[in-house]
Formats: sequence, structure tokens, C-alpha cells
Amino acid sequence: MKRQGDGRRMRVWTRYFNQERIVFALTVLLLILFALTLPKFLAPSNLLSLVRSVAVLGILGLGMLVVVLGRGIDLSLVATMAISVAWSLQLAASGLSVASAMGIGLLLALGMSLVTGILIAYAEIPSLFATLAMATFVYGFGRAHLITGTDVVYLPPNIGMLAGLGQGALFGIPMPIVVAAVVALIAYLFLRYTKPGRFIYAIGDNLASARIGGVPVRPILVAQYVIAGGIAFVAGLVTATSAEAMNTRVVNSNMIYDVILVVVLGGVGLSGGRGNVRNVIVGALLIGVLMNGMTIMDVQYTIQNVIKSLILLLAIVVDSILNPRDEQTGQQGDI
Amino acid sequence: MASTHTFTKLRYRFIPDHVIGELLSKKWIDNAIPFLVLLCVIAIFGSLIPNFFGGANLAISARELGEFGLVCMAMMVVIIVGGIDLSVGSNFALGNFMTLALLNLGGWPVGLAIPAVVLICGGVGLLNGYLIGFLRLRAFLTTLVTLIIVRAIVDMLLLKYAQAMSVSFYQSDVWDMIGLGGVAEVPSSFIILVIVALIGHVLLTRSRPGWRMMAIGGSRRSAHNIGLSVRGMVCAAYTISGMLCGLAGVLYAARLSGAGTDTGMGLEISALTAAVLGGNSLGGGRGSVAKALIGAVIVLVMTNGVLRIGLNSGSGPMVLGLTLLLAVFIDVRWLKNRDKLLSKVYVSPTYVELPTPRSTSVETGGAFALNDRLGQVEIIGLGEVESPEDVILDDDDYLYCGTRHGDIVRFAPPDYTSWEVYAHIGGSPLGMAFDRAGDLHVCVGGMGLYKIDRARNVGKVTDETNRSAFSVVDDSRLRLADDLDIAPDGRIYFSEATIRYEMHDWPVDALESRGNGRIICYDPKSGKTHTALRNLIFPNGVCLAHDGQSVLFAESWACRVSRLWIAGPKAGQVERVLDALPGYPDNINRASDGSYWCAIMGMRSPALDLALRMPGFRRRMARRIAPDQWLYPNLNIGCVIRFNDKGEVLESLWDQGAKNHPMITSMREHRGYLYLGGITNNRIGRIRLDKADPNWSGMRSYWGQRA
Repeated sequence: MKRQGDGRRMRVWTRYFNQERIVFALTVLLLILFALTLPKFLAPSNLLSLVRSVAVLGILGLGMLVVVLGRGIDLSLVATMAISVAWSLQLAASGLSVASAMGIGLLLALGMSLVTGILIAYAEIPSLFATLAMATFVYGFGRAHLITGTDVVYLPPNIGMLAGLGQGALFGIPMPIVVAAVVALIAYLFLRYTKPGRFIYAIGDNLASARIGGVPVRPILVAQYVIAGGIAFVAGLVTATSAEAMNTRVVNSNMIYDVILVVVLGGVGLSGGRGNVRNVIVGALLIGVLMNGMTIMDVQYTIQNVIKSLILLLAIVVDSILNPRDEQTGQQGDI
Repeated sequence: MASTHTFTKLRYRFIPDHVIGELLSKKWIDNAIPFLVLLCVIAIFGSLIPNFFGGANLAISARELGEFGLVCMAMMVVIIVGGIDLSVGSNFALGNFMTLALLNLGGWPVGLAIPAVVLICGGVGLLNGYLIGFLRLRAFLTTLVTLIIVRAIVDMLLLKYAQAMSVSFYQSDVWDMIGLGGVAEVPSSFIILVIVALIGHVLLTRSRPGWRMMAIGGSRRSAHNIGLSVRGMVCAAYTISGMLCGLAGVLYAARLSGAGTDTGMGLEISALTAAVLGGNSLGGGRGSVAKALIGAVIVLVMTNGVLRIGLNSGSGPMVLGLTLLLAVFIDVRWLKNRDKLLSKVYVSPTYVELPTPRSTSVETGGAFALNDRLGQVEIIGLGEVESPEDVILDDDDYLYCGTRHGDIVRFAPPDYTSWEVYAHIGGSPLGMAFDRAGDLHVCVGGMGLYKIDRARNVGKVTDETNRSAFSVVDDSRLRLADDLDIAPDGRIYFSEATIRYEMHDWPVDALESRGNGRIICYDPKSGKTHTALRNLIFPNGVCLAHDGQSVLFAESWACRVSRLWIAGPKAGQVERVLDALPGYPDNINRASDGSYWCAIMGMRSPALDLALRMPGFRRRMARRIAPDQWLYPNLNIGCVIRFNDKGEVLESLWDQGAKNHPMITSMREHRGYLYLGGITNNRIGRIRLDKADPNWSGMRSYWGQRA
């Protein structure tokens, strides 16, 4: 009997070390390590730039979180972000008022993600595939019909106040961080306290039983993608205003993988229903600390990539050892 | 009116509706949608691009297809086991780089470098496989990580060696042959693809490892629970995937001899696209080499075609994305509704015009006139046997019958109250017959023809016949062997009632009333089985005529009995014996006075007779309402008739009260008694025959006095 008790205590102990806590511990460890070895790492300006560097990734990660919680995935986030914002900027440059240009861009982002959502919820195309195809389509459509000329659309001079979104600061804190924090707060409140937010968890946990329980599954699924599209537009605005341009080629980069990395690293389960805003923040912080430290140490970009991925691998290996998946309860087709 | 009837008759005679259902039930019909997309894509780009079908263009495309097809197959293999491999693009780039490095910098011979590269890339696959298979990590994330890591490694290697590699140039005939040559205009990379595809197809569809992979993809838990080494197989799938990528990388290196940072960039997306477009299901269990290759061709033609048309930079991805969405949408819908569609269109009635039935009324008299002669039937084994379709007696007066539980039950004489399970077969035993040696031959629904020897060993005699030349479905397996009889030379003639329905669905065949059945002959001398007659309308009872020259068989839904000559001058010919029966004839057996007994298992009704002349009505019925509300033949009451070789019906036995033995599918005469069996009964009946020879037995009638 005593043995069994030990076993239970052991289990509780391993449960405590879930992926989020492992990653958080790792982040703290790295923070201490860098603080000791790298001069000026702990300087406020460096810490701010550290957080700022992952602000956009964090915002996109929140969009991804909303989708992943409902057992989906949105690979079209980066494409939606790039094309909708680039089109807004171009419209503004062509003489439209900034407000209406932004409104049209936002409508494009929401419209495209609405289509994605309908394809997934009503046409029942697997989300992985539907968003992959939509990413290709959105990019192609944008490049062919919306954004003419160059790959890069620069901030028009009449952008005015909006430029502050990327470059300004509130009480000394750079605006991207503030925006990310606001989005995180809204996402937290939405997921935690609203009915649709709880429904998303229910769907992610078990779609069939959610449906039987009376959750309007299909509309909620569509809403998830629309929310993600809206968040992507905000992330795009922050990117464009801080870099003073929107480079549509970002669609062809590894950025979408980085977004998934941020989400998954923090311990959000890709099979849905597991995770919250805190997980994304933890994931983004780890990436921020790592990249910042390695940049100070002047580590080559490709090696940074390798280290980033190895850490992700480590996190999921440790997670799978501590919380092993059982053959009897594993879900079929769960990739 | 007459002309519309003729028209309907001709329409149902010459348009084979049932083929649609049979096509839909084929597994390869899954490829129909992707294949149609392929044809459309080729047609569209073929008409848009000048010289699309020119030899040079085809050769270039085929060479590219060699590489891309291999990568798609790599993706397909892991998709089949329920995974995904995002690292194919990076692995492909690694293969390309390693080939060039080993040849140009390492100076290795081609014969050594290629296997080495395949092994290196297989190593990457093995790593994926170990992490996903044995550590149970998520495939998507794990291969995402390997995608980034391998890509970074290639980039670092390029930084270091690209310069050295660009100066040196590898010179070898074999290498040029792989990269630029081919056999008779067919590029070598395409030939390699074909060889790999053929091997892959055989392995996947006809070998144990392939079946296991399909099983794991279909249901991982079940595969685990039946004891397959799921983890090992998953690991193997990723390893194979890695090796295929390596081979593709070799071919790419041979074609272009260059390594750049963009090699294989985004290839995982194209390969995934191709694999899913071809119809391989994400989530596993459904996939084939053919599907992967169809997808590969579609994607390759589209990406290259959009480039060649010269649209602006965005249009290519736009068209690709749209096509993808459309194709996957159709595919998803198809997969979801295929079974529904199949169950709707499978029942395909045809036009049957039955002659007016002979009268059974008491007033007009005649052989069919209703009577109550079965009112005095003695009941044997009430509640102890279920569904005794046929009964038979041996020379020692033991009574045998089959039961729905798959047993042959034997009742002991003289009072037939004690019984035992004579043998267990497993399927539902239908017709029975003894051969010369006293071995019991049984037609088993869903299983075929079986034999129980005197030592009670059950053995299969035959369960297949020759496949029809133009049949869509494989009709060589016996689905519903029904009744049999044995010729003096030992040949066994038996009926297969229908090739389109299983045992439990047999009344549905009445709705079709098409010639779905056949008479099959098994020859013990050669051990061969062949189909003697086909396109019969539910052939049921089979009985050897008293002279041993012909076989009588009943076609239930056609309400007739025919004769097939098996010996003598008319061998092979068929002639009608009985026609316009008032019910559906079942088993036929010999009577002691040289005539034959025939069971009528159910009576015709005017409503169904009318419906048989209205195939459209029956089809709508089968599509729109639930099966338990369909118009079925009345199988609740029947009778036994006796007829002679000339086709004259001599007498009939009825149970008007429908208490003792209303439903009869078989009867045997034995020593002055008639024993009755019925497929929906829970008893056997026996009735004394007044005018019968009290010493006559079937065994003696067939095989003479026992020595």
C-alpha cells in the first residue's frame, strides 16, 4: 500500500512539471545564465527590446491559440496579415483616408478568414489543408489583383497617428508591447469569461459531445477563424508601422512555423481544448530571451534556428515522457 | 400502353443499371475524382500552352516528375500510417547536397554515393520515426522541428562547401545517364520512379508489412490491440519516407548538379498538396501509390503550367490554392457520401413480366386447390432448431438439418426426440446431399460448398468459381450457395442464388428480380469449379432427375422450374418444365414414384406482380423508404407440390390454418414419410404419405442398395 502511495505522489510530482512549467523554468534558467554571462543583458532597454522583438509573434500566437484550442490550425495567418495590411497601406497611399483604408484592409482580413472558417466548419475540409490552400490563395490573389508593383509596400506619409502603433511608447513602454498586452488581455477575458470562449474549449475537448450538448459548433468554428484573422490584421499593423513597410514576401518565410512554435512551446495542445493565454506568453518569452541572448552573443541566424527547434523538441520530448500518450486513448488521425 | 411496356422492357434489358452500384462498390473508384481533376488540368493546360504535348516538353516534365513523384510517395507512406512528414523538403535538399558533396568533393563512385545518400536521408527519417513511433511525439511538430534543423544544417554546409563544390565538376557516364539520359527517349528518373512505384504498390497492397501499415492507419488502437508492433511500423514508415526523399535528392542532383539555399523550399507543401489531392486521407488508412502519383502529376502540371502561361507572380499560387480547395472539397464530400450513394443506388430493379399464376381456388379444383393436408403434421424438435432450411435422412434413418447457428443437427430414429450437433460449420447451412460414400455435402450461405465425412470432419469442397469475363465486381467467390445435387459420376451441381447480396439480405434480391444467380458445377475428378449457367433469377432448389441425365432447378423469383441436361444428346441445353407457378419454388427433391417434390416457400401477390412490371417504382421505393417498409414477396405461407418429368403438377399439400407448417423451403420423402424444413421455422415437420413406397429412401434412389 505504501508503494502505491509513493506512486501517486510521484505522479502528482510529474504532473506538476507540465510543459508550460518546464518551459518557464527553462526561460528563467536562461535568463539567469544570460544575466550572469552577458553584460548589459539585464539593462531595462535590452529587456524592453527583448519583449518587443516577440510582440508580433506573440500577437499572432494569440490568434493561433484561439484556433488551436478548437482543435484546428491556421496556416494562413501570416498570409492574411501580410496581404490585408499591405493592401491597406497601398489604398492609403493612393489617396484614401487612413481610417477607411484600414477599415477595408480589416474587412479583407475578416472576409478571407470567414471563407476559411466556412470551408472548415461547413464544407468539412481538414483545417490543416484548408488554411494551407487559403494561404496560397490569399497570397496569390493579393499579389495578382490587390498589390501591384513591388513586394514591399511602404508606409504612406499620410499615415499620421497610426505610425505610433509601431514606433510610439506609452509610459516608456514601446507600443508593440502595449498592443500585445491589450490583445492578450482581451483574448484572456474572451476565452475565460464569455460563452463563445468556453464553447471553443468544449469543441476542442470533444467536438461530438459539444454538438450533442447543444453548442453551435459550426458557427463557433467560423468565429474562431474570423477572430484569428482580425488578430492577424492587428499584428500586421504593428509590423508595418514598426518596420515602416509591409513586406509581402514574409508569407514565404518560416514565420508561420515560428508562430506555431510559440504556441506549442508554451504547452498548448495541438489536439485542442488544452491551453490558455499564459502558455503563449511563456512560449513567446522563451523565444525572446533565446533570440536576444543569442543575438548579443552574435550567433549565426541558422544556428539560432537549430537551437530554437532543439528546445522545442526537448520540450515536447520531456512532455511526452512525463505525460505519456496511451495507445488506448489516443485519438485516431491526431497529427 | 403496349408500346410503353415494350420500351420499358427493352430499356431494362439493355441498360445495365446494376453496374453503377457495382462500380461504386469498387475500391479503385476512390480515385475517380482525383483522376477527373487530373484530366481536366491536363486538358486546360494542354490547350493553353503551345507545344504542351510535344516530345521535349513531355521529357522535361517526366524527368521532373521522377523526383517529385518520389517525394509524394514519401509523404504518402507516412500519411497512410496516420502521420505527416513536413521534413521531406529539407531532407530532399540534404540528399541533393550530400550527393554532390560525395561525388565532387569526396570523389566517391556513383555506385557507392547513391546508397550512402539514401542511407543518410533514411537516417533523418529514422530519427523522425524514433521520435514519433517510439516516443509517441506528435508527427506535425516533430517533423516541423526536423524540417527546420535539417534545413539549417544544409544551409551551414552550403556556407562552408558551396564554393569548393562549384569549382569541381563530376564526370561520369553513369552519372550523365541518370541525369540527362534515359532509355529510348524515356528519362531515367522517370524509369526509376516507375520501378519504385511498382515495388511500392506491390508491397503496400500485397505484402504483410503493407497491410500492417494500412491497418495501423485505419485504426491504430485496434492494430495495437491485435498485437501489431505499431511503434516499429510507424518508425519504419518514416524511415522509408526519408529514403525516398534521399533518392529524389539524388535524381535532382543528377539533373541540375547544383545546390542552392532554395532547393526543396516549400516542397513539403507541394507534396502534401499532391498527396491529399490524389485522395490520401490525412489521418491515415486510405492511400495508395496510384493516388500519390495522380496527385503528383496534377500539382506538377499546374505549377509548371501556371509558370509557362506567364501570368503575373501572384496568379500561380492563386490558381493552385483555388484548385486545391475545390478538389479537396469534392473529395471530402465524396468520401462522406459514397456509402450513402452506394446504398441508395445498389438496389437496381429490372423489368419482369410474370405469367398469370395458376389458380389455387377450391372451386375450380385442380392440383393447386387449397386443402388442409399439412394440418396433421407431426412436429420434430420444436424450439430446438432454428432455421432448418433443408432436411435430409441417411440410410440408417437419422434426420439431419442445418441451423442458423452454423451447426448440422442430427435427430436419432425412431422417434426423433433426441438430437445432437453432428458437426459445426460456422455459416448458415442451406441445401444438403449425400454422396455415394455417405459423406454429407452442404451448401453454406456466405461460405460455399462444404463436406462432412462420416468421421464428422468438416472440409471445404469449393468456394470459388471462374470469374465472369465482363463482370465489374469479382464474382468468383460464392456468396450464397443454396442447394445442390450430385450426379452419378460424382459431379456436384449447385445453385448460387444471387451474386449481389449476402445471406441476410436474400429477400432484397426479389426486389431486383434480375438474373443474378447461377448454376455451378464442381467436378471432383479435376477438382475444378465452373459456372454452368448464369443470369438465372434466384436459382434455388437443384435436383438430379431420376434418370440421372438432367438436373432440375427452380428459379424462385421467376416462379418456374427448368431442366439442364448434363448428359446424353441434349447435354448443355435448358428447357422449361414448370411455369406460371402461383408461388416461389424452393428446393426440389425426388419422390418415390418417379415424380418430384417441390417446396413453394411463399405465394405471389398481385401487388408485387404489378410492381415487378414497374422497375422505376421499385427503384424509388428502394431509395426513398426504409428497407423494412419495402414491398417484399410474401414468405409467410406456402405449400408442397408434386410434379412429374412432363411438367404436370400432380398434387399439393397446404396448411391453411398456418399453424403447423406454413413456411416450407424443403422437403424429403423417406420410408413413407415426408419431412419438412423451413428457413423461418423453429421445427421440422413430418407427415405420413399414404400412397408412397414405405421402403423407398433417397439414399437408395441415388446410390442403390447398400452393399
